[in-house]
Parts: sequence; C-alpha cells; structure tokens
Amino acid sequence: MGHGAKSVNQPQRMTGSAAIDGTAIFSQLDLTLTPDSWTCLLGASGVGKSTVLRLFAGLAEGVTFTGDLSVPGRVAMMAQQDLLLPWLNVLDNVLVGARLRGDRPDKGRARDRLAQVGLADHADKFPSALSGGQRQRVALARTLMEDRAVVLLDEPFSALDALTRAQMQELTAELLSGHTVLLVTHDPNEAARLGQTILIMTPSGLVNVTAPTTPIPREISAPDVLRAQTDLFDQLRRPT
Amino acid sequence: MTGWRAGIAATCLVLALWQVVIWSTGVARFILPPPALAVQTIWESRALLAEHAVITMAEVLIGLALGAALGFISAISLVAWPTARALVRPILVFSQAVPVFALAPLLTLWLGFGLWSKITMALIIIYFPVTSSFFDALMRTNRDWIGLAKVMGASPARIMWHIRVPAALPGFASGLRLAAVYAPIGAIIGEWVGASKGLGYLMLLANGRAKTDLMFAALIVLAVLTILLHTAVNKVCEKTLDRPEGS
Repeated sequence: MGHGAKSVNQPQRMTGSAAIDGTAIFSQLDLTLTPDSWTCLLGASGVGKSTVLRLFAGLAEGVTFTGDLSVPGRVAMMAQQDLLLPWLNVLDNVLVGARLRGDRPDKGRARDRLAQVGLADHADKFPSALSGGQRQRVALARTLMEDRAVVLLDEPFSALDALTRAQMQELTAELLSGHTVLLVTHDPNEAARLGQTILIMTPSGLVNVTAPTTPIPREISAPDVLRAQTDLFDQLRRPT
Repeated sequence: MTGWRAGIAATCLVLALWQVVIWSTGVARFILPPPALAVQTIWESRALLAEHAVITMAEVLIGLALGAALGFISAISLVAWPTARALVRPILVFSQAVPVFALAPLLTLWLGFGLWSKITMALIIIYFPVTSSFFDALMRTNRDWIGLAKVMGASPARIMWHIRVPAALPGFASGLRLAAVYAPIGAIIGEWVGASKGLGYLMLLANGRAKTDLMFAALIVLAVLTILLHTAVNKVCEKTLDRPEGS
C-alpha cells in the first residue's frame, strides 16, 4: 500500500513545553516518533498525553506550545469514540475524508478497506445498526482510507470489551504496519503488545521502557509481553 | 393510533362541555352557538369557508417556506461569522420584545391589503423560533467531529456543510414544528388588521354581523387546518430530518 503523503524519512520530533492559559501541561518534553514503527505513550491521567497527540494533529486549540515541532504534514487520527456520522451509511463514513476535502470519492477503494476490516457486507448499514466493535472497525477503515504515513491513535480500543479489544489491537497492528504510529493508551498490556518504543509520560519528562523486540502484534500471553507489562505497571506505580 | 384516538376523544369532550354550557346557562345563540349549529354552518357555508381557507393557507405555507429558508440561512451565517453573531443577536432578541400585533398595521401600510402583508407577518412570527433552534443546534456540534474533519483537511465551509448542518437538522426540525403552529397566528393577525380575504377576515366580518355561528365555523376550520399542517410538518421532519437518539 503506497502512502498518499510523502513517505516519512526524518523522524517526527517534538521538543518543548505546553501550557493552557498559563498553566503548564508539560515542560521540556523531548519526544521522537520512530519512522515506520509504533510508539506507545502511557502515563497518568492529566499528564498531557492527549495534548501531545493533539499537537501532532494540529488540533491543540488554546494550547500554547513553545519549542520545536516537526509537523508531520497531514496525519490520520483515530480516537476512543468512533466518531462515525450517524446520518451516513458505513461506506459513506469511510469516504467522509474525500467528501470533506471535496475530492472524488473512490468507492472501490473504500469497499476494499471495508473488506480488510471484515465489514464488506455492512457497507450499506447505518452506524446505529452496528456493535461497538464493528463501529470501531469502520473507524479503522476510515483511518486506512486516509492513507497517511503518520497515524495518531488516541486510546482507540479503551471503550471495547476485552475480547473485541484484543481482536482490534491485532487487526490494527496488521493493517497499520509500515506506518509511523503514535498510540496514546493507559493500558500496559496494550503497550506491551503493540509498542516498538514504549514511553511513560511523567511530570518530569519521558521515561523510556524497554519494549519487547518481537514483531507486533504480540501474543497477549507471550513471556516478553508479560514481562514488559509487569515492568510498565511497576513504572506507572512508582511515585514521581 | 393512540394519538388519533386521544385527539378524537378530546374533541368529543370539548364539544360535550360546550353543549353543557349552553344547556346550563341558556345563553343566546348569537353569543355562543351550539356546536351542532357550528358544524351545520361549516357544511352549509363550505364553499365560502373553502374560498377563504385557501387564501389563509396560501399565506401560511408561503410564510412558512420563506421563514424556514430565511431562518436556515440566518442561523448558518450567524454560526459562520462571529462578528455577525455579536452584532445581530442583540437585534434578534430586541425584535422579540416588539409585539408582533404592533407591526401588523405597519406591514399593511407598507405592503398593502394583499397576500404579502400576511405572508410577511407569518414570516416574522416564525423566523425567530426557526433561527434560534437551528442556531443552538449548530453551536452544539460535537467538537470531536469537527476536530476529525480538520485533521482530514476540511475547510470551514465544508465542515459547516458536511458536519455541522446535517448534525443540526433535528434542531431545525424542532424549529419547524413550532413554526407550523405559529405561522397561522401570523397570517390571522395580518388578516384582522386589514384584508378582504382569508379566514381571519371572515371571522371579523361574521363577528361584526353577529353571525357567531359562521365565526365559530371559521375558527374550527382554522384550528383543524393548523393541526393538519402541524401533523404534516411533523411527519416530514420524522422522515427526513430527525435521527434516533444515541445513534
């Protein structure tokens, strides 16, 4: 699959501080997204994980950022809510990016993306007729349709039940291989399964946690995954 | 069907009460005609009533269409341009403090005795509810949808047309439902102040000649037409603009 945006050769990097209305969100952060690999960002609520993601997305309204940010050009984003538009059917939801940019919608490619996420037979349904897991798969198809080198994932699986979550993690890792991915999550197991770089965000900066070196998606019960998961729990519990 | 049955039952109840008042007070029929007489008059004067009802309904429907269109455009403009919002909203609120009755003679003076003074009256009376409910709905658009659209590279105009407007259509629909009930009031006010046609004119005329039965007949016809209009608008809204909650 070719990338619509130019391939990312130089790493995406953010160095600096962010504040909202003079209140510091984070300071002296130095975050590099390794090209063509998954970077997982963990941390306590309110530490500014989502702000980092929103800055990369160009959506951080009201956030004052001082520092350097190599904006990755156009990115694709997937959030905890599927954000499907209830008045459009599944196919049109996958095509919504083209519609919003005024591009010609490529229905054939949208159907291919739906087939990739296993929803080829659901193209004409409306989101209200789908389960939570199916809706999130449509959101994944929509994200794939955007075909961007950099993909930002903001806790995309956290609203799903455990089984569906595991399936979605595998599907997403498979379909987004070769992309530069930033995954914001609060789930140590998810980070251990999917992270090729694992970072914990703390008020005093980023802590790099050794990630397993096996290919992703890793088995939930693989020894290196369990070890990394335990490490992450320890790190997250450690008072900062 | 329960709605229909309840409506018929309520109508029967009102008719019964009406008849009881007449029996118990012995009021003269030129003050309050019995319901049977009013119904009889509707039948006997059906041609006359129809002629005037057509005029009133034309005023109502044109006023409704224009008011809805104007409200639709206004709400979008107010959302799209914050300057317009700051400037126009106080004017809108002030305009609601002016009693529409006071405007009716002016409109007749400016626009004449014909249809347009009544259409304008209906338009003015529905403009605010339509604009304000659509505006509120447009302002409540899910911020995350807008964020996603921005990430996808959408211009503000496309975000408006593809996200905010469709998301706010149920709000527009609730404005339209109110408008369907208010528009006949506007048209009737216009006809009272100065007209030579329409149900409002007919009511005034009948009243002046102590033909209370005709006055009631016209009133009933107007009420029935208003209910039909509201039901029709409601059906259209349910089919095209509403969405089930939580979808």
